[in-house]
Amino acid sequence: MTIVFDTLAKIGFFFVLIMGLVVVLIWMERKGAAFIQDRTGPNRASIGGVRLAGLVHPVADVFKLLFKEDVAPANRHAALYNLAPWLVMTVAMSTYAVIPFGDYLTVAGRRVPLVAADLSVGLLYVLAIASLATYGVVMAGWASNNKFTFLGGIRATSQMISYEISMGLALMGLVLVFSSLRLTDIVAGQGDLIWGFLPKWGVVVQPLGFILFIVAVFAETNRNPFDLPEGESEIVAGFHLEYSSMKFALFFMAEYAHMVIGASLIATFYFGGYQIPWLPRPLIEANAGLILTLKLIGVALISMMIAMLFFRRAQKEKGKFGDARDREPVLGAGLWVLVAGGALAGLVLKPWTIGPVGADMVASLLQVMAFVAKVVFFAWLFIWVRWTLPRFRYDQLMHLGWKVWLPLGLANLVVTALVMAIV
Amino acid sequence: MNVGLPHFLTISAVLFALGLFAVMSRRNAIGILMGVELMLNAANINFVAFSRYVQHGIDGQIMAAFVIVLAAAEAAVALAIVLAMFRNFGTVHADTVQSLKR
Amino acid sequence: MTSDLVFILLALLTIVPAVWVVFSPNIVHAGFALLFTLFGVAGLYAYMGADFIAVTQMMVYIGGVLVLVLFTVMMTRVPLGKRANYGLDRFVPAGVLSLAVFGLLYKSITSVDWGAGHTEAVPTVAEIGTNFMTNYIFPFEYVSLVLLAAMIGAAILIREEKFSEDEPENGETEVQS
Repeated sequence: MTIVFDTLAKIGFFFVLIMGLVVVLIWMERKGAAFIQDRTGPNRASIGGVRLAGLVHPVADVFKLLFKEDVAPANRHAALYNLAPWLVMTVAMSTYAVIPFGDYLTVAGRRVPLVAADLSVGLLYVLAIASLATYGVVMAGWASNNKFTFLGGIRATSQMISYEISMGLALMGLVLVFSSLRLTDIVAGQGDLIWGFLPKWGVVVQPLGFILFIVAVFAETNRNPFDLPEGESEIVAGFHLEYSSMKFALFFMAEYAHMVIGASLIATFYFGGYQIPWLPRPLIEANAGLILTLKLIGVALISMMIAMLFFRRAQKEKGKFGDARDREPVLGAGLWVLVAGGALAGLVLKPWTIGPVGADMVASLLQVMAFVAKVVFFAWLFIWVRWTLPRFRYDQLMHLGWKVWLPLGLANLVVTALVMAIV
Repeated sequence: MNVGLPHFLTISAVLFALGLFAVMSRRNAIGILMGVELMLNAANINFVAFSRYVQHGIDGQIMAAFVIVLAAAEAAVALAIVLAMFRNFGTVHADTVQSLKR
Repeated sequence: MTSDLVFILLALLTIVPAVWVVFSPNIVHAGFALLFTLFGVAGLYAYMGADFIAVTQMMVYIGGVLVLVLFTVMMTRVPLGKRANYGLDRFVPAGVLSLAVFGLLYKSITSVDWGAGHTEAVPTVAEIGTNFMTNYIFPFEYVSLVLLAAMIGAAILIREEKFSEDEPENGETEVQS
């Protein structure tokens, strides 16, 4: 029975991670776009005058979409029309079953591996699930009974089929290097060092494969520069044109969930997953007390600095608005002082005298944090690229996929195989 | 119930019969192709079931992998033919395509 | 008992949509029903411990072949409302023949002693990979040749004379390497 509870706990972790990141990413996208385009971005929604730099906006969005009228086309195919958003969301979430987000966690003497399902064919599973994502889009496009949604569905199909191949070829190079289809093996293999100083990350041993993979992931997630299935200047909004209310919200959330998955895959395959470079697990466990102490001091210092910034703003903007918004900097300062206080209070417990059990916990926690940090970074990369590059034309997309990426992928595979045979 | 070889063979037989029916009764060429896919899947279930319960090896699984790959090739060519047929005759019904030239 | 239940569910997931594939007058319905059947078959492979085949089924069949089938269904604008997929004249002989085939198969399944034993499923991926590169190297290379020929053939078949178009039929290359 314990394995059931373990798995449920892991699923819960991923659910919270994805849903939390989706909210944060929607905020990050709007603020990031504003930052890149040199404007302020969303800053209106507030709860009692507290705007949290626009973080209230995703919450407001959710409520808006929940209470909107659900308008559906009269000539839709009802069953498939209703099934499509759920399918898209389910498929987006199910990739997470095989992604390891930490080495293991010792709970009451048991070593619990931090991966929901450690399949021996995990990498193929990832590819299979990636190809399933097409179905939701095609279903939505066909069931809406609208030529623009239909075109979006067709575009999504051919785009995903084309880029799945270069994605698979890029990953095959990785399989040759780490000689396993199991994701935990691949991540564990990336903890080594080459020539004693270079971390054996996928991006180091497979630089070309990494470029192929990241472009293929962008195409698979339907993000700019490859967001042709929903290119609004050509086919209005593509496959989700006829959806409104919560069904639209599901498509919207699925896009961000796909981004989280894409970022996790990039981190897992090419950036060492949960591995911290030059800091393997035994080293963390040996110096857990030191690391924890330094970390608490660092957190305290940084939050003190942020609190100082808020204090300064509070002094400068005293009575600027004349309403509830004046409370915001004071509240912010208070919050960060609380965080700093908490960190300092943690120091009272003498973290440098931590025992082996605690050291184990610290190591697991650090690894999970490293994984999440990498995922957030690559999610930001998705946003960065979206607001920097223009959209491809459809024939350019096909040309790139079939005539450039496919030969490059094959060449990468052959060269990798030769090098592996010689070395 | 002890799930064993006969259960899988029965499922496979049902799938094969259904596929055969589709191939014989469908007029749409794509429907016929779907029937062929059902029959191939039935054969595959047999391969894997025999390798699991009788041979205790993996030769059957390797055969199943080959069948899957060849089915992909077959589908690609067949669908290309269907598309060409649609372009030249304006229909995908297999029995209406009777002339040797356009 | 749980495993029996899983088997029954998988069998239903395979057979029920398959019936729909065969009898549905709407070809798009048939396509989406085939999706569930293929899933059920993948589940049956996994139940038999053939994890590699199960995932390959998902990747190639569901992710490649069926996507192409649906793509073609949509490209050819098959009559969505018209119910002209059957002729009764074919219904009867097809039914008789397939029932006869099923009866024959079922008779042989029940009457022959297959000598089936019961063993634990073994991990397969490494062994399959080794076999592809040693015992089955000739069929393996031959299959890749067939795939190449199929790819070129599909591209030529689909090409229009007026302008050359990007080939949409290439779901097979992902297994080629």
